[in-house]
Amino acid sequence: MPPVSVGDWCLTTSIILIDRYLSRGGGKPASSVERSQVVTQGLRHYVKTRDQRTIGRRVCFLSVSSKTVLEMSRQRDQAVLKNKPDNTAFTQQRLPAWQPFLSAGYVLPTFFLLGLVFIAIGLGLYFTSNNVIEIELEYTGRSPNSSCHHCTKNDTKDCKCNIEFKVDKTLPGPVFMYYELVNFYQNHRKYGVSRDDDQLNGDLKYLKEPSEYCFPFRQDGQNRPIAPCGAIANSMFNDSFVLYKVNNSEISKVPLNSKGISWWTDYNVKFNNPKLDNGTDLKQAFEGTVKPHNWPRPAYELDTNPENNGFINEDFIVWMRTAALPTFRKLYRRIDDGLQPGKYLVEISYNYPVLSFNGQKRVTFSTISWMGGRNPFLGIAYLVCGSVSIVTGIIMLIVYIKYQGQNIRKVE
Amino acid sequence: MFRCAVNRWCAGEEKRVDSRTIYVGHHPTPEIEAFLPQNFCDNRIVSSKYTYWNFIPKNLFEQFRRIANFYFLIIFLVQVIVDTPTSPVTSGLPLFFVIIVTAIKQGYEDWLRHKADHSVNKSPVYVVNGGKIVEKQSEKIQVGDIVCVKEDETFPCDLILLSSSREDGTCYVTTASLDGESSQKTYFTVPDTSAFRTEMEVDSLSATIECEQPQPDLYKFVGRIHVFSDKQEPVARSLGPENLLLRGATLKNTDKIYGVAIYTGMETKMALNYQGKSQKRSVVEKSINVFLIVYLCILVSKSLIGTMLKYIWQSDPANDEPWYSSKTGKEKNINQLVKMFIDFLSYMVLFNFIIPVSMYVTVEMQKFLGSYFITWDKDMYDEHLGEGALVNTSDLNEELGQIQYVFTDKTGTLTENNMEFIECCIDGFKYKNFVDSCVVDGISSNDGPCSSICGMAGKEKEELFLRALCLCHTVQVKEEDKVDGLLKQHGGSYTYISSSPDEVALVQGAKTLGFTFQGMENNRMKIQNRETEIEIYELLQILSFDPVRRRMSVIVKENSGRIFLFCKGADSSIFPKVNTGKQEEIRLHVECSAVDGLRTLCVAYKELTQDEYDQISTQLQEAKMALKDRDKKLADVYDKIEIDLHLIGATAVEDKLQEQAAETVEALRSAGMSVWVLTGDKMETAMATCYACRLFHTNMKLLELTTKNIQEFKARNEAKVHELLLELHKVVVQDKKYSSVSQLRSWSTTQEFGLIIDGAALSLIMKPTQDGSTGNYKDLLLQICQRCTAILCCRMAPLQKAQIVKMVKNTKEHPITLAIGDGANDVSMVLEAHVGIGLKGKEGRQAARNSDYAIPKFKHLQKLLLAHGHLYYIRIAHLVQYFFYKNLCFIFPQFLYQFYCGFSQQPLYDATYLTFYNICFTSLPILLYGLLEQHISIEMLKKDPSLYRNIANNALLQWKPFLYWTFLGLFNGLVFFFGAYFLYDNSTLTDNGQVYGNWTFGTIVFTVLVFTVNLKLVLDTQYWTWINHFVIWGSLAFFVIFSFFWGGIIWPFLKQQRMYFVFAQMLTSVSAWLTIILLITVSLMPDVMVKVLSKHPDKGRLQKYLVYNKAADTVSTPRSPVEPLLARSFSIES
Repeated sequence: MPPVSVGDWCLTTSIILIDRYLSRGGGKPASSVERSQVVTQGLRHYVKTRDQRTIGRRVCFLSVSSKTVLEMSRQRDQAVLKNKPDNTAFTQQRLPAWQPFLSAGYVLPTFFLLGLVFIAIGLGLYFTSNNVIEIELEYTGRSPNSSCHHCTKNDTKDCKCNIEFKVDKTLPGPVFMYYELVNFYQNHRKYGVSRDDDQLNGDLKYLKEPSEYCFPFRQDGQNRPIAPCGAIANSMFNDSFVLYKVNNSEISKVPLNSKGISWWTDYNVKFNNPKLDNGTDLKQAFEGTVKPHNWPRPAYELDTNPENNGFINEDFIVWMRTAALPTFRKLYRRIDDGLQPGKYLVEISYNYPVLSFNGQKRVTFSTISWMGGRNPFLGIAYLVCGSVSIVTGIIMLIVYIKYQGQNIRKVE
Repeated sequence: MFRCAVNRWCAGEEKRVDSRTIYVGHHPTPEIEAFLPQNFCDNRIVSSKYTYWNFIPKNLFEQFRRIANFYFLIIFLVQVIVDTPTSPVTSGLPLFFVIIVTAIKQGYEDWLRHKADHSVNKSPVYVVNGGKIVEKQSEKIQVGDIVCVKEDETFPCDLILLSSSREDGTCYVTTASLDGESSQKTYFTVPDTSAFRTEMEVDSLSATIECEQPQPDLYKFVGRIHVFSDKQEPVARSLGPENLLLRGATLKNTDKIYGVAIYTGMETKMALNYQGKSQKRSVVEKSINVFLIVYLCILVSKSLIGTMLKYIWQSDPANDEPWYSSKTGKEKNINQLVKMFIDFLSYMVLFNFIIPVSMYVTVEMQKFLGSYFITWDKDMYDEHLGEGALVNTSDLNEELGQIQYVFTDKTGTLTENNMEFIECCIDGFKYKNFVDSCVVDGISSNDGPCSSICGMAGKEKEELFLRALCLCHTVQVKEEDKVDGLLKQHGGSYTYISSSPDEVALVQGAKTLGFTFQGMENNRMKIQNRETEIEIYELLQILSFDPVRRRMSVIVKENSGRIFLFCKGADSSIFPKVNTGKQEEIRLHVECSAVDGLRTLCVAYKELTQDEYDQISTQLQEAKMALKDRDKKLADVYDKIEIDLHLIGATAVEDKLQEQAAETVEALRSAGMSVWVLTGDKMETAMATCYACRLFHTNMKLLELTTKNIQEFKARNEAKVHELLLELHKVVVQDKKYSSVSQLRSWSTTQEFGLIIDGAALSLIMKPTQDGSTGNYKDLLLQICQRCTAILCCRMAPLQKAQIVKMVKNTKEHPITLAIGDGANDVSMVLEAHVGIGLKGKEGRQAARNSDYAIPKFKHLQKLLLAHGHLYYIRIAHLVQYFFYKNLCFIFPQFLYQFYCGFSQQPLYDATYLTFYNICFTSLPILLYGLLEQHISIEMLKKDPSLYRNIANNALLQWKPFLYWTFLGLFNGLVFFFGAYFLYDNSTLTDNGQVYGNWTFGTIVFTVLVFTVNLKLVLDTQYWTWINHFVIWGSLAFFVIFSFFWGGIIWPFLKQQRMYFVFAQMLTSVSAWLTIILLITVSLMPDVMVKVLSKHPDKGRLQKYLVYNKAADTVSTPRSPVEPLLARSFSIES
């Protein structure tokens, strides 16, 4: 006869005892704890009622069994519990959910509403944009008739040329004066990275040791660091404009405001002049560096106003924000009082060569609306989009009605 | 491990030994002059992959072997080496994140394995050494050591059982951890060694064992032991699997055993079985790869176009080198071709985000996490079994939605495999449950020949038959019953255990008829007969069952000394062996029972004289001793022994259909799958089951391609097969012409066909003929099969099942196959099919272990395929398409920008945006979509199986939807870029006149992009749980917050503060706001229109279905099983 393991024996014992107990107590399935209590109680009872001779032998079994039963029944419970999947909304993929249905009933009104709103916005934008007045003057001087043609010759220095224009309607202030370059790739990858923002932030270390990105505009022939380094700074636009109002033969200078033409954050945070601990002189701070090759003056002599000199020269900051497209416009000055109707004259110091890369130069005066400069695109786009939306709405409505009809016929 | 492998290979190469010799206890034996201890590997188990020093290189190698990872590594290296537009961080960060996370996961798993290995290898074992028991570490066991194992311990290596503490020289073992069978199995000692009881005795044993080299089959072992006793000729005994205790099994109900180690460490059968299965890849994965190639082509062509245009554009010197951005001398000196190549690489790097790392991660995560929903599903939990579904591989979740062919086993899969003894036929008389009364049920008078036999066989015959039932089996009696006086509770009821439920049913049946099998002791079987006397038979031989012979026999000796051979088996294998007995009547009975769907067995016997037995015994002994081809030799001997039998009767056992099996089969069929039943059972039985589970129905024309059918022709077999095939083909194809006129798939109008084919016919068809025309037969068969709605293959050998699956799998259309089975005989087909499903059935766990998914019951297949499969397919298909879409419209604007930046590879977006786009801003919503989406509710999917057809043939990943998504991506890319471009016609966008630069331009495009891509998902999501809301709106909010944060600080580690306040500045412009809103609307509008317009038919259908369903619910009570299928197929098709 094979020996039976204690575990098996106990389990069978316990089942009998529990059965016995439960059949008396009117039976509900017991949890493991209950079961163990039942077992101990039952065993005690069993021991009491049994005759004394066999008790010694039984008790040793019983003490083993009540423990083992507890453990085994718990294991069993756990096994069942462990395997049984949780009945939660998540595990059963029954999470409460909103189930939208893109039906014509919702979509058609949305299309019409959207169309109307878009047309309204579009009209607003269109008229706003049309109210913006823009005067654009080209002064590249490629054609011999152009007044700036003589400045395109190589040997001219400090060349000045004038362009006259007429204002028919009052341009209310502020009027913004831009210069515009065509076919100038400020967004060229190699060009765009050729700068050192640490240097421009006034970091003395990088002032002397510009970043490798600036190469080949990092150091001059004698290994002196260039400040500001890089191709962008080196190619800074250096034409300058003076605006005169021509009143009969009398010419008066129109005041141009150069403050606030760059981003506030650029001017105040991103760009900073190098500062020495001891002195405040900008020139001293720049000592040991050389000006970019194309610059006529070093950085610390860009302007006489110390607030607008060195790296925090606003014209410089504007230039350093590289443009997205090869035809771009950059803010030059602001005319706070606006332009009255009449004749005007722009005097241009022509320094910047663009003909070598088939470029063009323009100077532009523009008023500004709440949406920015003159740009009919947005208004037209909104109008087109709005009307397309309404038209598709109508088409879908027709399809829908037709389909409904067919559907009804089919059902019949 | 390495050493073992080397040993094995070297041994194989040098000597080509196919057996090994083991000296038990390392004692030299007298016979062999030179004691040459062979070198075997030690008992160390190494399941871990890595060691401390090889982890990094090996793991990296493993990871970069994946094409995707390798591609990203290449991109990264290009970025490091060549001066490229984006910094290496942008592609390096995600790549290394993925690599490191994977490495940590794998490292952790490996550490756990190390720990487990360590605890196993260092665990104490007891080895007999010099007559004493010595404690050793498990890994130190050598081949030839005698190991002592106590009760409830697992065997530390593969052992040959030498002696057991049980008197009869047996021990009980459970192999639950090896093959999942929890029943106890009996193992036997070699008779010559079973007497050794103490260490001293065992140690004194002088023996050698010859056995085959390690092989992974758990159930095969051949060996021979030579026992040398003093001065006598060595005694040779055969060793089989019944002597071999496998590592991993546990000793039960036996105090202790001694065994000699023969396979150790990595050569144990457990370790050899440890090797992983081959990877199955889903159709979706294959489509992903195709799309990947398309995108790779797009990537390469974009780069090529970019490079070409760059050089064309630069041919104008004004463009090539304007003074403001002049080249360095170094740049000028580089060879033109090299320059072009570098430019090409730069473009590749710039556009490489079109194939994102994150897609792989997301797909993996979706699959891994998604498979939990299958395990968690309480609808697939079986209370009785206490277990739910099990996912062995999560790679195939979506494949469950693509199944076209279902191959199902019958026994245990369609049926319960819960056998019940129904009736028997003794000497031509029918007995049904009771001995005394011949049961004539009401209808049986109409049954024709079946009912005519009613009466009683002679008492002697009756008792002989019942004895045969009681003796001819391998059932064991569970032993707990015989313990203490206390435990005599069940009143003498016996619990029988056997690997075959049929046998249990038969023994139980015999009990109800008065003969009780009481168990076996010392090779003596005890039977209690009707007079409650105990009869004792000595069991002489067991001619065990195998699926080829399809019968088993026992040879027993009565107390009086008469020797009987009892044989039971399938009718087809018994009848040829029988020469006396009432064959005709019994055959009739068997067929009648089979038509009722019962499993039948025939019982026969013969009496042997002592001489005959001795002869048989020596023959068997010889065959068992053979080391080579033992199985074949044994089978031959068995064949010789089992002849001239006297047929005494037949039994019929019912195997009930599983709950809802018929409904499930029907649902699968209306879902467009063709269901094939592959069974080893008799044709009649199988047909009955097929009718019962509504695979066949009365309107169906059944075509038979069976041996019986073939034999009706008189000509040569092959010719016959051909003719028959042609004939069937004609029938079917003619019909096809009809059907092509009417609408396809509306079965109701055309004739339906069912095909029955049996194993013998199949092997004829599959067998290559001399002229090699097998392909022709196969094609014919396939064409026939494709026209049949239901196919039954009976009398299949396990390998034939796999063959059929393979044949269907390799047809031109490459349909997706699913095989479901529960037993060891289904393993081959489960492994062969695209998706293998194992039932956690009664016949062990082999199928479940080898399957991709294991479910408790056949009915769970319905939810697994129709609901889970459908949803996972939709989810992953959408996920994949969406991923390609979102990266196309991410990268396309960047490509367009090249036309406006002098083809200089200037990135449009900031590097952080490039990096984080796929990681943070758009990853979680699609992942959760992939986990939670239910475009149709689970209830609906279960209710309407025909919805499954909507996604058949990988519908969502065909070229059409792919092109739709691609065009959508391109359109969106165009809108994003040119919207911003026209806006930038005037870069003054605020009322303070300041202008915006290129980073603002990129940020506008990027903002539109992130919003559009997320809102596109909003449009697609049909099931909005709070998680979806949280994740989608959270991603958008995160994008905005991140942008503010990223632009809000001068980052000390950045060389270029490009994004400083760009985002905030952008938001101060009303125009930018309006543009963003406009562009998002324009981008989404086509998709909304397509959705609204294309939803119509679907919606109409669904609504109608709902209406129909409501009507059906109110008018008629739930579908009665009697309702003909015809009506139902109408309703589903309409």
